[in-house]
Amino acid sequence: MTTNGTFQGDSKGRPYHRATHPLLEVKNLNVDYLAASGTVHAVTDVNFSLRRGEILGLAGESGSGKSTLAYAITRLLRPPAMITGGEIRYYPREKGETLLSVDAISKDSPGEDLITMGAIQEDARGGDAEGEDANNPVPIEGNGRSIDLLQLSPAKLRKIRWNDLAIVFQSAMNALNPVMSIGAQITDVLRAHRPSMGADSRKQRAIELLKLVGIAPDRLRSYPHELSGGMRQRAIIAIALALSPEILIMDEPTTALDVVVQREILTEIIRLREKLNFAVIFITHDLSLLLELADNVAIMYAGRIVEQASNRDLYLHPRHPYSYGLLNSFPALRGPLRRMSGIPGSPPDLRSVPPGCAFHPRCPFAFDACHKVLPVLQPVQSEDSSQMVACHLYNPTYNAEPPTTSDLAKKYEALAEGSATR
Amino acid sequence: MKTQEITGPVMDAINRVPAPDQFYTRILQVLLSIWRAMTSSRKVAAGSAIVGVFVLVGLFGPLFMHYEPEATSNLFIAHPSAEHWLGTTVVGQDIFSQLINGTRTSVFWGLGTGVLVTLLSMVVGLVGGYFGGWVDDVLTLLTNVSLVLPALPLAIVLAAYFPRGPLTISLVIIFTNWAWQARVLRAQTLSTRSREFVTAARASGEHTWRIIFYEIFPNEIGIVVAGFVSTTIYVVLTWAALEFLGLGDGTIPSWGSILYWAQQAGALGGGLWWWFVPPGVCIALLGAGLSLINFGIDEIADPRLRKEPNPQKARKAAA
Amino acid sequence: MRHILRRILFYACAIWVAITLDFFIPRLAPGDPVAALVGKMSIKGYVTPSMQQTLAAQFGLDTHDSLLVQYFKYIGNLLHGNLGNSIQYFPTPVAQIIGQDIGWSIMLGGVAVIISFGLGCLFGIITAWRRGSILDTVLSPAMNFLSAIPYFWLALLSLFIFAYLLNWFPLTGGSYDAFNVSPGWSLDYIGSVIQYAFLPALTLVISSLAGWMLTMRNSMITTLSEDYVLMARAKGLSEGRVMFRYAARNAVLPNITGFAIAIGTIVGGQLLTEMVFSYPGIGYALFQAVGEQDYAMVQGVFLIITLAVLGANFLADMLYAFLDPRVRVERSA
Repeated sequence: MTTNGTFQGDSKGRPYHRATHPLLEVKNLNVDYLAASGTVHAVTDVNFSLRRGEILGLAGESGSGKSTLAYAITRLLRPPAMITGGEIRYYPREKGETLLSVDAISKDSPGEDLITMGAIQEDARGGDAEGEDANNPVPIEGNGRSIDLLQLSPAKLRKIRWNDLAIVFQSAMNALNPVMSIGAQITDVLRAHRPSMGADSRKQRAIELLKLVGIAPDRLRSYPHELSGGMRQRAIIAIALALSPEILIMDEPTTALDVVVQREILTEIIRLREKLNFAVIFITHDLSLLLELADNVAIMYAGRIVEQASNRDLYLHPRHPYSYGLLNSFPALRGPLRRMSGIPGSPPDLRSVPPGCAFHPRCPFAFDACHKVLPVLQPVQSEDSSQMVACHLYNPTYNAEPPTTSDLAKKYEALAEGSATR
Repeated sequence: MKTQEITGPVMDAINRVPAPDQFYTRILQVLLSIWRAMTSSRKVAAGSAIVGVFVLVGLFGPLFMHYEPEATSNLFIAHPSAEHWLGTTVVGQDIFSQLINGTRTSVFWGLGTGVLVTLLSMVVGLVGGYFGGWVDDVLTLLTNVSLVLPALPLAIVLAAYFPRGPLTISLVIIFTNWAWQARVLRAQTLSTRSREFVTAARASGEHTWRIIFYEIFPNEIGIVVAGFVSTTIYVVLTWAALEFLGLGDGTIPSWGSILYWAQQAGALGGGLWWWFVPPGVCIALLGAGLSLINFGIDEIADPRLRKEPNPQKARKAAA
Repeated sequence: MRHILRRILFYACAIWVAITLDFFIPRLAPGDPVAALVGKMSIKGYVTPSMQQTLAAQFGLDTHDSLLVQYFKYIGNLLHGNLGNSIQYFPTPVAQIIGQDIGWSIMLGGVAVIISFGLGCLFGIITAWRRGSILDTVLSPAMNFLSAIPYFWLALLSLFIFAYLLNWFPLTGGSYDAFNVSPGWSLDYIGSVIQYAFLPALTLVISSLAGWMLTMRNSMITTLSEDYVLMARAKGLSEGRVMFRYAARNAVLPNITGFAIAIGTIVGGQLLTEMVFSYPGIGYALFQAVGEQDYAMVQGVFLIITLAVLGANFLADMLYAFLDPRVRVERSA
């Protein structure tokens, strides 16, 4: 997460490298679905930043807008979905910036092939790492050169796709072409974006990628239906990494798999991220996953981000009542037996979102202001961390004393015991 | 999905009827939804209108004929005129009357045969799909063989040997055309059968035939209706073709037999377009009407095929 | 390859059914076929005793063999390529006549099916890809209407307009201008063949184009909403590659089955074309045989048509297995 604050590193204490600008900045993004029965605001006023090598988790229930957000960033939305406002600024690597994170250099992973890949990348972009066109200069923003992804022409967009921005779909079985072998689906990306590569080097690269994700190279000629569920998901990840993208968007990549395979895949992702240092936007409804995996987490509700925090901060002190409810919707492995309540009610119909804070009908803490005024995402005061929350409880104008985590806990427990009413 | 408010005498009548048996209410509900669908899609409405016209002509047309269709006269090969709207044949028969007379045979034998083909394919498909095992294997083999044998040549051979007449043609068409729908229904039955409500019905000891017709079948009505429409198109076309080849009874009037006599009399070489064009137009129109219904049903069943709202318009509307 | 084996067995079974039908249909027809036949044929001319004997032999009425023995004799004859003798062209063997005619049918039908399949699929792909464009809004309803026109009527109409009224094509029938040209690899002959085949082929293409296009379009529209097409776009592949290699390649699979059936109809269902245009193919032969009650011919032609259809279907099955790798895996019920 970026603030103009002090600490510039991920949750594990590793510093981000020298770049002074983020990798991706989403500003005021709005996505609507234009249905016959009315306009549905699937994503409203979303702002966030992504740093190089950061894993950002995007959590929320079904219908919160997280998948729509991901598809909007990659411009893969289909009608009747439409991006109705905002910009998505992407900062491609400057010439001379190193490709590797500080950590990776010191590990035993071979640095050479990655550097070669970088050189090839520069080649493919015509030696200019910016994707800018001499005839259409993009206005320079801040301290780095950036491109607005939403304004790109289809031809330029195609160049960015997969090169810089790759997406891992939820269901690997549906995302793989059933009549093409896995190898062919890797090499056609190489053929499209790396015209200088010959057939042999493409094949080598494909084998390299399969090995990277733990699939035997003899599977190059297998068809998707001949692989197991876990292998298919890994194949999708291999294809996604084919051009060493900067950003990997993963849309619930493990939801369709059993927990054992899920763990394998996640470990794989973490390992690959360490090695190749791409940033990840990880979308899921499973918050427990994100607590382990992500550096920062953004929680979405009814199309808006209601809380943003590092995974540590979120785990230790979730601020928004919704976040607390989500975190405590699954039982702890140890500890005393307790009654669980979950969050009462269900997510709103996006065609008729409640006025004020969308969560207020379900919130145990709702008060006057919540029915009328829309809370804005703001940093939680009195904290050094970069946690942000959109809740009137933390807005001194409406509420003098913000609740502590134990206050939240007590309220939810009371709900569970059935003795408290809102 | 919001349900629409339907009012009117039909609805009142339906509401007055008690619903003793689940089967009837379910069938009624399905039929009602079909009616709603019919009037909501332009294609289906247009197609139904066309078919409706032909049915009406078939029912009441012969009451309004000016001439006896078989009556010969001295006015041979006359061009269309005020007295003879579509001219006359080579023996002076009024073609327009013949056309109306033939409508009855073509439309009703066509629809009737279509119904019978659909029924036969339903039985085979449902039984095979539900029972599985060797019953299914045998029926599937029969179905596949029937599918792979060429229909028209077989129909010709059969019609050639058996006594001429509409009954023969009808039976021949049924014999050569039941297989396709049967296969579709079998696939659908297989997938419905594995659903939980069927397992529940079997567990509660419901009688097998009840399960097939009261539980599984109502789910497939949509496909059956669509199949019936497709089949009827094919039946009408094949019927006309067989008649045209002279395999029908030339004395029983139908659109195809008009074409047969036209061909026999060398209408083409003689340029007598008013003799062979109208029957073809009728067949084409009936076929087009049925096709429209079919495409309409397709669109209703699969929303992806519907016309998409123009995103330009949508953007302007939002602005 | 278990899949291939199963298909071979199936087609063997289908062939057996066809042969048996061919054997039994005449024998199941009511009445005394020979007497009825002789009666009808006597109108046209004297029926020689040898002809009567052939007829009786056709129906197995000359021997006292049981039905089963006759059946096996029939199959035996078939295996020797003996389809009996034609009655119209007595004593020419049926097999010989068929051999002459089948070439024309295959040429006409083959060209027509390949052209209409190719064009139809192409139009289907393009109209689905550019859905709502001008091409789509004009072409789709037009094709809808075309598909409902009864074929033989379309054929009659085109014959009337182009041959009778405009005189561009011959009216009288045949496969080439037998009076002025003789067979051979000369330009005249080939030109004449094209001239005589053009109109029948055109009507065949027009009438079947709509079917191919509409099914391809529907299949393509459904395929375009699949995730793997979305992923292909996300990969930044060129439009052409996504359209053909990812979308069309999957969308065409249902049409392949149709293609198989269509190949079958090259020999079988072209009947109407050949009848209207008097094109001397195997369908026309069947039609004439029915009209002249040359039952030996009818049975022989039917059998050949069926065998051709089954063979074509078998080839198409193999093609489908080649194109769709999922089919090769043995599926349990």
